[in-house]
Amino acid sequence: MRDNSLIQVSEEKVMPELIEKGVWVEVHRIELAAGARAPQVPRDTQDVPLEMRVKGFLLEPAAIGDEAEIETFAGRRVRGTLVEVNPPYTHSFGPPIPELSTIGKELRALLRERGGNP
Amino acid sequence: MSGPSYQELMARKAGIVKASTGLDYSKYATGALAFDYEKLLADTGYDIDTVREVQAQTAVGNTPLVELKNITELVRALAEPGKGAQIFLKDEAANPSGSFKDRRASLSAHEASKRGYAGVAVATSGNYGAAVASQAAKAGLRCVVVQEAFDSEGVAQPEIAEKTRACEGYGAEVIRLSVGPELFYVFLKVLEETGYFNASLYSPYSILGIETLGHELVMQVRESARRIPDVVIVTHAGGGNLTGTARGMRKAGAADTQVVAASVDLSGLHMASDRDFNRKSFTTGHTGFSMPFTTWPDRADVPRSAARPLRYMDRFVTVSQGEVFYATEVLAELEGLQRGPAGNTSLAAAFSIARGLDEDRIVVVQETEYTGAGKHPLAQLNLARELGIAVARGDPRGNRPGERIVIPQHPWQIEAVEVDLDRVRRSYLGHAMESLPEGARLSETDLEFLVAETRASRSTVEEVMNEFAGERR
Repeated sequence: MRDNSLIQVSEEKVMPELIEKGVWVEVHRIELAAGARAPQVPRDTQDVPLEMRVKGFLLEPAAIGDEAEIETFAGRRVRGTLVEVNPPYTHSFGPPIPELSTIGKELRALLRERGGNP
Repeated sequence: MSGPSYQELMARKAGIVKASTGLDYSKYATGALAFDYEKLLADTGYDIDTVREVQAQTAVGNTPLVELKNITELVRALAEPGKGAQIFLKDEAANPSGSFKDRRASLSAHEASKRGYAGVAVATSGNYGAAVASQAAKAGLRCVVVQEAFDSEGVAQPEIAEKTRACEGYGAEVIRLSVGPELFYVFLKVLEETGYFNASLYSPYSILGIETLGHELVMQVRESARRIPDVVIVTHAGGGNLTGTARGMRKAGAADTQVVAASVDLSGLHMASDRDFNRKSFTTGHTGFSMPFTTWPDRADVPRSAARPLRYMDRFVTVSQGEVFYATEVLAELEGLQRGPAGNTSLAAAFSIARGLDEDRIVVVQETEYTGAGKHPLAQLNLARELGIAVARGDPRGNRPGERIVIPQHPWQIEAVEVDLDRVRRSYLGHAMESLPEGARLSETDLEFLVAETRASRSTVEEVMNEFAGERR
């Protein structure tokens, strides 16, 4: 994991770290600005832009926050702001939910009372 | 910002759809509203045997039918003496990408290859994306999946995050969007730019691909119980699952089996709301899709949806979020099957429906889907809690989407709630009237079409249409 996107070059100046060509990255862009949304969408959605995030291989070296171009898995070229390098999959399960944890035990007891199998 | 405006692109929609589906929908029109539905399907040239052959090439279909012995036992323990139907489950998670959606994707990928398209594109946040990506991988086609994936705070819906991973795992490009129906605008831009085949969920290929599911389940019940099923319960969203399954069942000789649509009740939440997006706890199988698509199927990404659920449903029920999470837990702990959760909507309904039927009746829960990180009750309930939604055990009638998820205390509290089909039919006819071009009159063919669409009587259709016409004047 990268710990930051900046490297110190002098005490006064910081230079953004360039990500090499060919690295798997994600770009972000605004597809429809707030106010240019479809007429039928509700107010809370009208008030925010339609955002797009696409991953691909970086075509030219660029730094986080730069406008960059990528080539996607499908071979399309997409431009956007470079926002992430090798973006992780972070979806998970999280902790057990106590409200679900006892259901199996309750039902096995119920079936036992009735002389069932489990 | 680049590219055409929303309005500019929408004006080119018809041409883009025609090029990307290879179908000229206009030639099926037979009236101001009517079109020849059966001809639209038949012209594809796929009968059920051909579909089966295509699907066999990628190991799609022929999924196991599992007798849920312990759940049947449980239901009988709750029922009046002599009541409690035998419950079977069609384990569609056994398909290559983990859901029945492989059946829908298989014909599209086959058709795209046959016609020489370089790739397939699809607008979906669900299992269907993984199915198209999987089929495209096998067929050597490129694939783009457009998803509604995160809200304006950047929070991804965990189940959709898992679908992103799955699609990318099959080598597909995934375009992730924030909330809103303009996903269709982005999708049209992709189709126009790439010239790919539109593997629409609502194309004839998608529906014909599901017919094998309905056909198989009838044949499997026949084999194991020497009779046809009495009730088949289908998790219902856009209508394709119900339409294709019911059509396949009829082809297997089960025209009298009751077809029940079951959806998770998400009333009170707005489907295009940025705020509500992560408060739904379900990404499919819910009323946010099933109500609009049942009352007007032609709101899809093709001009005429091949999914026309009102033609095939005998009953429509809803269950609560908490009841589906409960059913998911029961399936895992009593039957040893971790599946769902969204696909278990019909299982939750089965608890209640089977309880009221005689013991010698057979109920089939028509699908399952794979489960995993993000796509799991724990992921959904943890996110709900983070967003301030209460999660508690109690009477499921107290469940309030977006505010409170109530996990039943006891299985006998699970109660499928009937949707009034006459109101649904009326709503359909209202939409039909709205879509009637200014000045156009309904022909005899149109009226016959509306009768077939709604399964209402001719006199009811005429009465309601006259009433709406009066309001319009």
